[in-house]
Formats: sequence, C-alpha cells, structure tokens
Amino acid sequence: METESTMTLTAPDASARIDAEQEAELQARFDALIEADQRIEPRDWMPDAYRKTLIRQISQHAHSEIIGMQPEGNWISRAPSLKRKAILMAKVQDEAGHGLYLYSAAQTLGISRDEMTEQLITSRARYSSIFNYPTPTWADMGAIGWLVDGAAICNQVPLCRASYGPYGRAMVRICKEESFHQRQGFEILLELSQGTPEQHAMAQESVDRWYWPALMMFGPPDDESPNSAQSMAWKIKRFSNDELRQRFVGMLVPQAEVLGLTLPDPNLRWNEERQAWDMSEIDWTEFNEVLAGRGPANAQRIQHRRDAHEEGAWVREAAAAYAEKQAARERVAA
Amino acid sequence: MSTPGDVAGEGWPLYEVFVRANRGLSHVHVGSLHAPDDDMALRNARDLYTRRNEGVSVWVVRSSAITTSDPDQKGAFFESPAGKNYRHAKYYEKSAEVPHL
Repeated sequence: METESTMTLTAPDASARIDAEQEAELQARFDALIEADQRIEPRDWMPDAYRKTLIRQISQHAHSEIIGMQPEGNWISRAPSLKRKAILMAKVQDEAGHGLYLYSAAQTLGISRDEMTEQLITSRARYSSIFNYPTPTWADMGAIGWLVDGAAICNQVPLCRASYGPYGRAMVRICKEESFHQRQGFEILLELSQGTPEQHAMAQESVDRWYWPALMMFGPPDDESPNSAQSMAWKIKRFSNDELRQRFVGMLVPQAEVLGLTLPDPNLRWNEERQAWDMSEIDWTEFNEVLAGRGPANAQRIQHRRDAHEEGAWVREAAAAYAEKQAARERVAA
Repeated sequence: MSTPGDVAGEGWPLYEVFVRANRGLSHVHVGSLHAPDDDMALRNARDLYTRRNEGVSVWVVRSSAITTSDPDQKGAFFESPAGKNYRHAKYYEKSAEVPHL
C-alpha cells in the first residue's frame, strides 16, 4: 500500500545511478501524468526542481500556519467574552493542526520535520509576511479572520487540486476548516460595526490596516512573478497572483457593504470594459521591507518560536525517555 | 522494499492514522504524525484528526510496520488481472436486456 508517510531517502541516490535515457523516459511518464491531470504520489519519480519547489512552498505554508498562531494567541487571554475566548482557542488549535498536516505533506518529499523547524527558527525559511504585523486591537481578530483567512482561502481552494497528492489532500482538510475561521472573523467585525460609534471606528481602523497587507498575500504582480509560470505548468498553481487578487476583491466588495465598513481604496471600482476591478497601485516597497525581515514583528515572531522550541525540549526528551523505558520493560517481560 | 517513514534525523517514529467516520464504515487513512509511543500517537491522532467529530474510532500504526508494494514494479505487480475482463459483470453482454440479471 502507498503510505502518506515520509519518502525513503534512497530515491535521490537511486536517481543518480540511472542514465540519461532512463531519465528521459521517467520525465516523459511524469509529464504525461501531469498532462492527464493525474496526481503525483510520494514514491513516483519527479524532477528535482519539482521536488524542491514543493518542499519550499509546502514548508513555507506550514511555517505560516505555525507562526500565524501568535498574532491571535495574543488575544486569547484578552477576548471580550468566554464564548469568544473558546472560539479563538479552537481557531488557534486549528492553525497548529494545519501546520502539522502540511509538515507531514512536506516530509513525504524527503525533508525531516526537525530540519524544517531548524530552518524556521534560524530564519532560513520564510513564512507569510502577513504574520509580521501586530494585533493591537480586538477588531484585529475580526479583520484577520475576514481578510487574512479570506485571502488564504482564495489561494488555497485551487491548491486542493495541486498535482502533488499529499499537498492537495492536506489542503482539502484545511479548506474545510478555514471557512469557520473566515465566518467567525466576519461576525466579530459585524458586531463591532453595529455596536457603539467607538466600536464601529475600531472595526474600520482595523480593516484599514489589514486590507493592503491582505491583498499583498497573493504575491507580486504577474509580470514580476518569475516562478509562477513553471508552477502553473506543473499544475501546482492553477491561477495567477493577479487573477486570485481580482477574485478576492470581487468577494470583499459586497461583504464590506453588509459589514457597513469601507475598503480603504478610493480608486476601487468595477471596470465594465475590462471586466475587472480597477484599484490603486499596491505599495510593494512596504511588502519588500516586511519580506526582508524588517516588518514590525519579524524578530519577535521568530524569537517566540525559538523560545517555545527550546523551552519545550525537556517535554520531548521526557516523552522519549518514558517511551524507551516502557519499551525496555516490555522486552524484559517478553 | 523498505517502508517509507524511517527517515534519518527524525526524533520520533512516524505513525499512520486511520479513522472510522461512523459505525458500519471502514477505517480510512487520514494522514500521519510523529509520536514517542503508541499511546501518545493515539492521543495526538485524536487531537489532530478528530477535532470536529470526524470519527468514532481511531487506529494508529507505526509506518515502519507497513509493508508496501514498489511503485516502480507497478506494471508487473498488478499484471495478473490485466486481460481478464471476464471478471467484470459487464463482460457478459448477452444478458443485457434480461431483467434482474
């Protein structure tokens, strides 16, 4: 049977031994599977570049889920009611779960969990720069759910059909759970928006801060996104950055009306002729600053993750020691 | 061939997780996780894969205990049923118009 588990590391070695002719044949088989919209599974032959691209993308995605627990975890102890607190805890727990699904998917490509953790806490791996923004108000829990999780869903739904089987399957689970995240965020904003003038202002201020960073989550414009074409040819990515951004904005506009909140772009309007949304130019210098690690909370996020990893070491060691002791006892008994 | 799962550099062994969604259904593979021992694997599987009542029963098994077929041998290994379409009901066309058959 085919397991979802970590792929044997013998495959790359074995591929070094096969000659050019065999490789061409394997490449042809791989191309045919992609062409036929079939999935690639962990132990299939795949081009090195495909494997590398997936490891990078899936591990970044996993790191984003794990780091993404922090901006919201910040509000668990400050939630305005027991109900909101319970919901927020469930959501943060989901993010941990999503991180684990994705780490498992990445492991099937031959990278270990420890290696990925190491890359994250030594700042050699990236995660979505959206989580480097601070969450100073309760309304941010609403804006994150509505805008950040909303953008994530827009990105992730097409990934359920990604050509790499374990990635697609992980995304199916994640997408099912994300829709709760977006709705709970929308509800927080709606209640604030319909509350006191101060609450309404808090909701609007938060949307003003998160709107542009959320649009930047789709990545650079198509003509400046060099890797996109290859990812689309491999059917990892199904739609371009700009297509997804347009789709997202189209969903937000009527939702913002229901919320009674304004999207902070005076130039945002439907262009009948282009059949697309006109919008203001995105300020990519800010995006690049945050991406380069100079965002408001980059250092804090990584430090926190590193501390949690190091301070939790004794728990992992104790669990391993206990397991070893029990196994030794069983050997003696047998 | 060797089973996937035994990757150098992993602290804890890998487990495969199977969940029975409801009585009357088979346990279905849902994913994998790392755990120090069987008990922890089961608890982690519950927390990771059944947060929304997805199951009434969970199995965990060490990935290293699973023997798998070799995907490179796919053709040869699954060759036997090929060309034996008489094993399928639709091979028998003469009964097509006969009711309840």
